[in-house]
Amino acid sequence: MTTTPQNDTGTRDLAAAFADYAPSVEGRDIVTIRPRYGLLSGGEERDARDGAVFATIDPSTGDHIAEVAEGSAQDVDDAVAAARAAYESTWRDMPGRTRAKYLFRLARLLQDRSREFAVLETIDGGKPIRESRDVDVPLAAAHLFHHAGWADKLEYAVPGMTGRPLGVVGQITPWNFPLLMVAWKIAPALACGNTVVLKPAETTPLTALLLGELAREAGFPPGVLNVVTGAGATGAALAGHPGVDKVAFTGSTEVGKAIRRATAERGTRLTLELGGKGAHVVFDDAALDQAVEGVVDGIFFNQGHVCCAGSRLLVQEGIADELLGRLRRRIELLRVGDPLDKNTDVGAINSHAQLERIRGFVEDAREDGARIHQTSRPLPERGFYFPPTIVEGLGGSEAICREEVFGPVLAVQTFRTEAEAVARANATRYGLSAGVWTEKGSRILWVSQRLRAGVVWANSFNRFDPASPFGGMRESGFGREGGRQGLQEYLRLEPVGA
Amino acid sequence: MTTVSRDLRGLVLDGVALDTPLRVQAVDALALEERAARLVSRSVKKASKVAGLELSVRCVDLTTLEGMDTPGKVRAMCARALRPDPEDPSLHPVAAVCVYGSLVAEARHALGDGPVKVASVAGAFPSGQSHLHERLEEIRRAVEDGAHEVDIVINRGALLSGRLDVVHDEIAAATAAVGDAHLKTILETGELGSYEMIRLASMIAMAAGSDVIKTSTGKLPVSATPPTALCMAEAIRDFGEQTGRVVGLKLAGGVRTAKQALGYLALVAETLGTDWLTPDRFRFGASTLLNDLVLQLRFQRTGRYPRPGDLPVD
Repeated sequence: MTTTPQNDTGTRDLAAAFADYAPSVEGRDIVTIRPRYGLLSGGEERDARDGAVFATIDPSTGDHIAEVAEGSAQDVDDAVAAARAAYESTWRDMPGRTRAKYLFRLARLLQDRSREFAVLETIDGGKPIRESRDVDVPLAAAHLFHHAGWADKLEYAVPGMTGRPLGVVGQITPWNFPLLMVAWKIAPALACGNTVVLKPAETTPLTALLLGELAREAGFPPGVLNVVTGAGATGAALAGHPGVDKVAFTGSTEVGKAIRRATAERGTRLTLELGGKGAHVVFDDAALDQAVEGVVDGIFFNQGHVCCAGSRLLVQEGIADELLGRLRRRIELLRVGDPLDKNTDVGAINSHAQLERIRGFVEDAREDGARIHQTSRPLPERGFYFPPTIVEGLGGSEAICREEVFGPVLAVQTFRTEAEAVARANATRYGLSAGVWTEKGSRILWVSQRLRAGVVWANSFNRFDPASPFGGMRESGFGREGGRQGLQEYLRLEPVGA
Repeated sequence: MTTVSRDLRGLVLDGVALDTPLRVQAVDALALEERAARLVSRSVKKASKVAGLELSVRCVDLTTLEGMDTPGKVRAMCARALRPDPEDPSLHPVAAVCVYGSLVAEARHALGDGPVKVASVAGAFPSGQSHLHERLEEIRRAVEDGAHEVDIVINRGALLSGRLDVVHDEIAAATAAVGDAHLKTILETGELGSYEMIRLASMIAMAAGSDVIKTSTGKLPVSATPPTALCMAEAIRDFGEQTGRVVGLKLAGGVRTAKQALGYLALVAETLGTDWLTPDRFRFGASTLLNDLVLQLRFQRTGRYPRPGDLPVD
């Protein structure tokens, strides 16, 4: 067979036509996008008091999608008041099983309309439809289901303790997983009996607003879930509002620090889930092809817009050339392009500002003398795209090895021993995630016990489950989301009988 | 003078084995399965789909391996192999027909020197449990009767009991026995127990001179699966990088639908490259698959599905 070429250009043409994957684009028609969206406050949709709006754009083209109300301090005031009223009049004293009913209903509605949410998420944020369809939306529904189940079992969440709700919770979510982060935040808050004022990220507000509409459809009492859209000033007004009992923030370390300062004198409860510079440690006995998949998934999933991304590859010297060779060959297969195409692996960078930031990091690395490897497939001409990038040949003290790039850029370093791997992995101000690849079980335990990170994955990466607590150490923040630990962040715990 | 070498015992320093037994690159099952699942779920539409369907037809080894096989059955299958869709004479024939040794002459008579090759299973298929000289005799006889390709099974008993040299030497003997015909070596992956064992068997079969490595006999409940195909494709790629030798891949058993076939083509294209998307290097061993491919091609051509009864059977 192999030495008797049967033919022929015919077969070769067929092979080329096949492997090119004709566009397979998910239809936009499933979702109706209105030209204008208001705030959701006290069970109603309305414009900002001063009429201010901002535009949200489609990063895959740069085209305008819709105008969204920009909430002012006054609008935040209104929403907090509505949340307070709902807390005191209905939600706080409602039996847990009744709160559960609303949350289950919301989870089911989200599943029913999952395609609509996936398409909207991809249009507004630029992530590949394969990810929004297979990861973001199903996980968001899973978080709602999981926490709905807790709502009538809170007295068993912490042995020996009984939990009461905190009151009104201000939640500020990022643009990288717009819907999923909203679900992570509102599900435990609402299950525990708190009411919510949510401020979604300004570049990706649409799925949060659609979820707010869905909550109305699910019959949530007015004011239980309020969505105030806007940018930094709106968020600052919410975080600093005296009527807010707890602030939960996911976003940059810089903004997290400002929020911590703003809440310092008030006794407001606070959880922060901030940046990261996760180390992906690959030992010489690792399953190489699968480690390559893990590294690829760790940094190119969601264009690298992932706070727990494995953005630093630490590879043992003996296999460095072999692994990097495989890695370079593998990323050449990544299809960068139209996020709505079902075969797209890497979508659009979320915003022009973020694209400029990523470019800046890579240019600086080039000036620092780094070897930069990028994929050769052409990028779309319009929209915000950045090729998957591997940066080699740096010592570790350069910005690209230390700072969070939040893009599809992997910085590579090598190590010789387990101790050196741990030392290098921990040489960062962050502490959110890390990964270990080795076939040796004892080494997994030895290394992972010493890595200073909130989450350590072994022979896998970017695994999420609503029952598993997620959160950081050091400048990656504090507090956990998910699991019983996440639940406690939304409860005032008292010893039983007090 | 110090000598360092590598043989079936592993790394050998001055005649002392340092690293036993022979090991292959580790394979992580969960990550392999996940990668394979993602590869076979590529969304293949429009022109790519039509190309993939036609390509799949060209890569089929149309197979019958039953106790009830007769010359008549084989003649009917050969007719279908030459003209997979009676309504579309432009559709290319399949790659080969695959039969038991006793029917090779009949198949060769029906197909002549045309485009469709004759493949024969041989070597105490499917168990391989007979004496080596009998297995080799069976292989030689199949080639004498006109088989272009011979599908043999590896000695799983020897592999699972650690006698790797036996596995290797038997395949090497079969390589010699087939002469100018092509040797397709069946690993019977469903009996090997782990992906590492599949990778090890792949490497041994390739090192012993197989032209093609093949997943299964089709006689077990578990035959070709996406992770198995991926594991073997990665072994072929790595072997080729080390030795410069091109080895083909044949997936047999369990591939019944056009959708599965397109998924496997994507897996092969993204692991080995489009150079492998040719019957010279890639085959589906199947019987029911062909009619689904024809059915889907007719739908692409006419916009309507034919009644299943309208398609030929053999």
